[in-house]
Amino acid sequence: MNIAEFFHMDGYALYVWGAYGVTLVVLSLNVILARQQQRKALRAILRAAQRNRSLV
Amino acid sequence: MWLWIHKFGSPKYFYNVSGKILPWVAGATALLIVIGLYLGLFASPADYQQRETVRIMYIHVPSAWNSMFIYLLMAASAAIGLIWNIKLADIVAAVSAPIGASFTFITLVTGSLWGKPMWGTWWEWDARLTSELILLFLYLGYIALQSAFEDRRLAARASAVLAIVGAVNVPIIYYSVQWWNTLHQPQSLGVGMSTIHPSMLWPLLIMALGFKLLYVVILLMRTRAEVLERERNNAWVQELAQALVGKSVIGSANEYR
Repeated sequence: MNIAEFFHMDGYALYVWGAYGVTLVVLSLNVILARQQQRKALRAILRAAQRNRSLV
Repeated sequence: MWLWIHKFGSPKYFYNVSGKILPWVAGATALLIVIGLYLGLFASPADYQQRETVRIMYIHVPSAWNSMFIYLLMAASAAIGLIWNIKLADIVAAVSAPIGASFTFITLVTGSLWGKPMWGTWWEWDARLTSELILLFLYLGYIALQSAFEDRRLAARASAVLAIVGAVNVPIIYYSVQWWNTLHQPQSLGVGMSTIHPSMLWPLLIMALGFKLLYVVILLMRTRAEVLERERNNAWVQELAQALVGKSVIGSANEYR
């Protein structure tokens, strides 16, 4: 099997790669958004902590 | 057991332990998905009926299992939060909903992309397809209800009732192919009754395990973030923040942008 054949998927390329593509996008988005949420939360508490420190 | 639940139910303990576990689970997830993709896309043969479209099954079926599994876990967690008033259980239920909705969406889209070339239609009001669509609406309804209340306790309670009542849909999805003889093919997997060839069974099972672990990874990440947000005024989060500020590696909070 060569590369062109592999991507061609026996004529079902649109369906097979479409399915894998949608899955990749949705799951990556889940991971990226979770990461962003974690960073946002950390940033918020860090800023609050620095504010407290500068008050001391 | 009860002692353990209470210990693990404490947000601080959860945050520390999950932080240690997370990199390992993430590593195992990546490994399983890479192996599963290799087996599913390269090493396994095309099906004699479905031809190359059989490869869609390696993401469709694991997503469908996850969509039901996550719903049951969400409903159970919401019930625990409702009955024993455990904050962490409320958080687990709340953050599971968008993840479950994502897997349900993937199940419907990949199923549709398989159905068009194989059944000749994108969509059919078949019992299984319809009940899976209802599952998506249940997730979306749950998410909407969560955000409809300002008060978190109230939001958790109201949506927990919806999650628990909606759980009746999961066995309907699962048994739909036996109860109603419509378009969707019956199950071909089970203990001692599998009817698929090992070369296709392995990528399916490995992808299923990989997707399960991926759920755990996203769940832990989102739960940790949610715990930090909700507990930001508690002493342990303050200590954590002070420790991070103290470390020169982190420097200023602005660098964390």
